[in-house]
Parts: sequence; structure tokens; C-alpha cells
Amino acid sequence: MTSAVADGGAPAVVAGSRAATWRPPRVSARKVVRETLFYLAVVIVVLIALFPFYWILRTSLLSNQQVAAGVGGANGIIPSHLSGSAYKDVFTNSSLSFLDPLVNSIIVALATTVVTIIVASMAGYALARLRIRGAGAILAFILLAGFFPVLAMIGPLFLVLRYLGMLNNIYPLIIVYLVYTLPIATWLLKNFFEQIPLELEDAALVDGATRLQTLRKVVIPVAIPAVFTAAILSFILAWNDFAFAVSFLTSTNHFTAPLAITTFGQSQYQTFYNLIDAAVVIISIPIALLVLFAQRRIVSGLTAGSFR
Amino acid sequence: MAADVSTGAEGRPARAGRPARAWRAWKSGRPTRRPAPVGHARERGDRRLGYALVAPVIILLLAITAYPLIYNVWNAFHFDNLSYGNLPHNFVGWKNFTAMFDSPQWVSALQRTLIFTVVTIVFDMVVGLALALMMHRQFHGRGFLRAAILVPWAMPTVVSAMLWKTMFDPSSGFVDYILAAFHPAWGSLAWVNANEWRAWAAVFIADSWKNIPFVAILLLAGLQVIPNDVYEAARMDGASWWQSFRRVTLPMLKPAISVALIFRTLQALLVFDVIYIMTGGGPGNSTETLSYLSYNTFIINTDFGLGGAMSIILVLLALAVSFVYVRAFRPDTA
Repeated sequence: MTSAVADGGAPAVVAGSRAATWRPPRVSARKVVRETLFYLAVVIVVLIALFPFYWILRTSLLSNQQVAAGVGGANGIIPSHLSGSAYKDVFTNSSLSFLDPLVNSIIVALATTVVTIIVASMAGYALARLRIRGAGAILAFILLAGFFPVLAMIGPLFLVLRYLGMLNNIYPLIIVYLVYTLPIATWLLKNFFEQIPLELEDAALVDGATRLQTLRKVVIPVAIPAVFTAAILSFILAWNDFAFAVSFLTSTNHFTAPLAITTFGQSQYQTFYNLIDAAVVIISIPIALLVLFAQRRIVSGLTAGSFR
Repeated sequence: MAADVSTGAEGRPARAGRPARAWRAWKSGRPTRRPAPVGHARERGDRRLGYALVAPVIILLLAITAYPLIYNVWNAFHFDNLSYGNLPHNFVGWKNFTAMFDSPQWVSALQRTLIFTVVTIVFDMVVGLALALMMHRQFHGRGFLRAAILVPWAMPTVVSAMLWKTMFDPSSGFVDYILAAFHPAWGSLAWVNANEWRAWAAVFIADSWKNIPFVAILLLAGLQVIPNDVYEAARMDGASWWQSFRRVTLPMLKPAISVALIFRTLQALLVFDVIYIMTGGGPGNSTETLSYLSYNTFIINTDFGLGGAMSIILVLLALAVSFVYVRAFRPDTA
């Protein structure tokens, strides 16, 4: 199904690698075959990972008429005609402009990230350095909270928010999303704080700084990479939530972006995937950029201290 | 802030001997350890500050997890349904639980969820391990492969679900467009809303596409901490690729595998977003899972008693899984 692209891509990559590693006396036919198969597998994996993105980008650039006509003919894998009408439509939609949900999502995700970093770095520092009793149990509880079934929480939280008159309001989400972000952020920062040499803090403490001053002026600046990683992961986790948003938000202008996407493109006879996919492309962009720029940090953050 | 001041005042004198010791420790080249406690005052001050610093995270997490859990337990034994707004919240004993266990809808959701979980974790672990081995090799374009694999993981579930819903759409999708080449009738095959098996296939693919990368990245990190000389020793002893994989790689990968297994099992057991977005539980009730039913009961039917009972089962399942894995993967030797 993807052979057209695979055939074009694979030989070029293999040829390049062969030029780099080829040694006349040792090359064997079997090795060449094995390398070729390996690169073929790599190409297939990359295609499976990325081709669906091409497909939604392609679909998002179709007009309503092209979507109604279906895939095929002039609207094949590479359509003969592209338009930005879907992007215009999702922002000028009469029932819901995508701008409101985007702003809501940005507010909630950023606020969650800020709260997470403040709360998690305090706790991480205390767990790493301040010899509190029951640190192990506290850490176990924090990690266990991260495994708590989200769909078991929504009922009681719904009742609480209803009682407080805060249903259909994005601000309580900032607190609720902490269940996604705090466990991993606290764990990550605690592990990083433990690796900072004690001398650094001791110097500041000897000079008469208090613990909190030391934390703010010495430890946090040194821990910036870890703070940055925790912030990126928190932002992604808060940005990606669907379950809480769909349970607590009812009117479309209060929706977060992931929730708003489910309202686009629905009509009686046809689903207009160009509108849905335009919104999908828009909310994918910040995440894709974060991943591409901070790939190493995310990977190290995901795996830091996981195996102990 | 009070704790802060007292620490400074009491703590400093006790610290007098620190730098010299720190210097000696540094010179000796031994890894730095937490210094022995110096005086009770500083200890106590530190500890008090410590509690103040961990308090917010504990209070917040208790409020979001423990409080709903207790509320659920209370609700599970009471009548609480907003659709009957004015009825009192009477104690009903085990009625919510018997209603749940007697409900074929819930029982089949339980079965489906368990089957989905088992199939998913087996498939995801095998493919994830293969991808990890692929990324572990040195080759041109390794960084690109890693980024390409990481992108699906970081996407919101709404993106992966909508993306595959588009791909599987009979009219706008890529899958049927390709299938049409094999059989004309397959050109307009409905996936998510017509047939139970095809709906599950679509959900399964969307879920795996998003979550296998996570397994692969965790396992890759596990592969990278296996020292090379172990492999070398195995090769010296004449081990084949399969033998060294079986006898060296897999055992040393155990911690990474256990972490990936716990995460994936819990995610699969609690699957909701992708179901809600792709199939809405349908066709019929055929793709409803435990989490989906829980959402339905709480938010759509506003039955907080029955929902509470369902939530308790969800929590117990999640706890049981964590417990079993932690027991099974406890390190044999420290």
C-alpha cells in the first residue's frame, strides 16, 4: 500500500549507509540483504508513524465539495487542488469559533504547568533533602495517585463542582489536571535534586542563606533542565486531557480545544473531515514543535529513574 | 515563612564544621552522601520546613483522588441520582452493587475491557520491544526515527482518535481507498459504526499507534543501560543472537519491562478517550468499556450511586494490577 514511497526511499538510504560502512574484503551478500531489510523496516515504521499525519494534513486542505466527493480521482493521495477553506471555517464557524477553545486550552495548560512546577519543586526538594519522616510512604502515595482511574473521580468531582456552581468553567480544571502532572513532575524533580552536589547548597547555607533562599537562588537555577523537562511534560499532559473536559464542560465556548474538535464537521448527511482535521492539525502543532525541539529532554524525563 | 526564619536562626551555628568535611568528602572522591545529622535544632527546623513543602502536593492529591474515592464509597451504598432530584439520599445497602453485577451491559463491558487489555499489552510489548531494538542500533537517521516514533505518543488522544477515524472513514479515509483495489465492495467498508469487530480493530489500531511509542522509548532506555561488556562476554562464549537476547537482554530489561507493563496495563484497563471519540461505545453497546460505562452512568444518567459502585471496581482493578506487577517484578537481588 505504501510501496510507491517505500521503493523511492529505501534504496537511497541504504546506498548512503553502504558508502559509509562498506569494507571490500568483509562484505557478504547476506549482510547486504540484512541491512536492506533493516532499512526497509525503518522506512515502514516511519511511514506508519507519519503517514496518518500527512493524510489529515491533506484532508484538512480540501474544500467541502472535495470531501463530499470522497477519495479518488482528482482527490487521490495527492489531491489536484488544495484550499485553506477548512481553516477559515473552523475560526469563523457560527456555532463555535475554534479560537475560544484554543485560548481556554492555553490558559488551562499554562496555569497547570505553573502550579505544577511550584508545588512539585517544593515537594521534590523536601523529599530529596529535608529528611522528613515517612518520605518513602509520601512518595509512594504521590506515585500511586498518578495511577488513579480518572473515570472513577469524575462523579464525585462533578457533584462537588456542581455544589460550588463551578461546572462548565475551565478554572477548576487547573486543579483537577494536577492529578496528571504532579506525580511525574514531583518524581522527576526529586530525582534531579538528589543528584545536585550537596556542597553547592552547603556553601549558600554557610553564607547565611535560609533553606528557602537556597532552594530559590541555588537549587532551582541548577535544576533548570529538570524544571524545563517537568514543565514540558506537564504542559503536554494538561493540553491532552479529554475525560475531565468532556465531563465538566457543557457549553461550547467553554470547551477546551480537544473537546471542541468533536463538535466540528458534523452535519446530517456527511462528516466534514476537512474541518475536523484542520482543528486536529492546529492543536497538533504546539505539541509537535515541543517534541521536535525538546526530544532529548522529554525522553530523559520519561525514563529518568524509572527503573530502580 | 515562619519555618523558614527559624531554620536560618537555629540552623547556622550547627553548620560550622560542614565545609571542611565537605572538602574532605570531595577530595576522597567518594560519592557524596547526605551528611550525618548535625544537632537537633537544625534537623527539627529542616523537618518542619520539609513538611510545609510537601503539604501542598499531598493536600492537592488527596483532594483530587482520596476525597472522590471516599465520596464514591459513600455514594455506592446510597441512592443518589440527579434525575430524581428531590428524592432523599437513602441508604440502600448493596443494591447498587447487585444492580451492577446483574447488568449484562456491565458484565460484557468488563469482559471486553479485560480482553482488550490482554491483547493490547501483548501486542504493544512485542512491537514496542522490536522498535526499541531498532532504535538501539547505530545507524544514519536514528534520531529521525526516534522523533518520528515519539510524535504519535505526545499527541492528544483526540488527535490519534480523530486521525484514525479519518483514516478509516469510508468516504474520506485512506484505508478503504486502498482496500478498494483488492475488492470493490471494500471501497466503502464502514469501520467504526457498523460492525463490532471492525470497530474494535479501528480502536485497537488507534490506541496502539499512540501508545506503542511510549513502550518503545521506555524499553530503549532500558536497553541503553545494559553494559556492553555483558554482550561481549556472551559473544566470547559463542552465544548466538537469539541466545544473547534470551539470556542477557531480556533478563536485564526486566525493570524497564515492568514499568512499561504497569503503565500500559493501567492505561488499557481504563481506556476511555479513544472509545468515546471513535465509536461512542457503539455500534450498539459493543465497544463500551468499564471507563466508558462509568462516564455514561455518572454524566449521562447522573446515577452517582451506581457510578460509585462501578468506580470502586475500577479502583480495585487498578490496585490489583499494580500489586500483582509489583510482586511479580520485585528485584530478586538488590
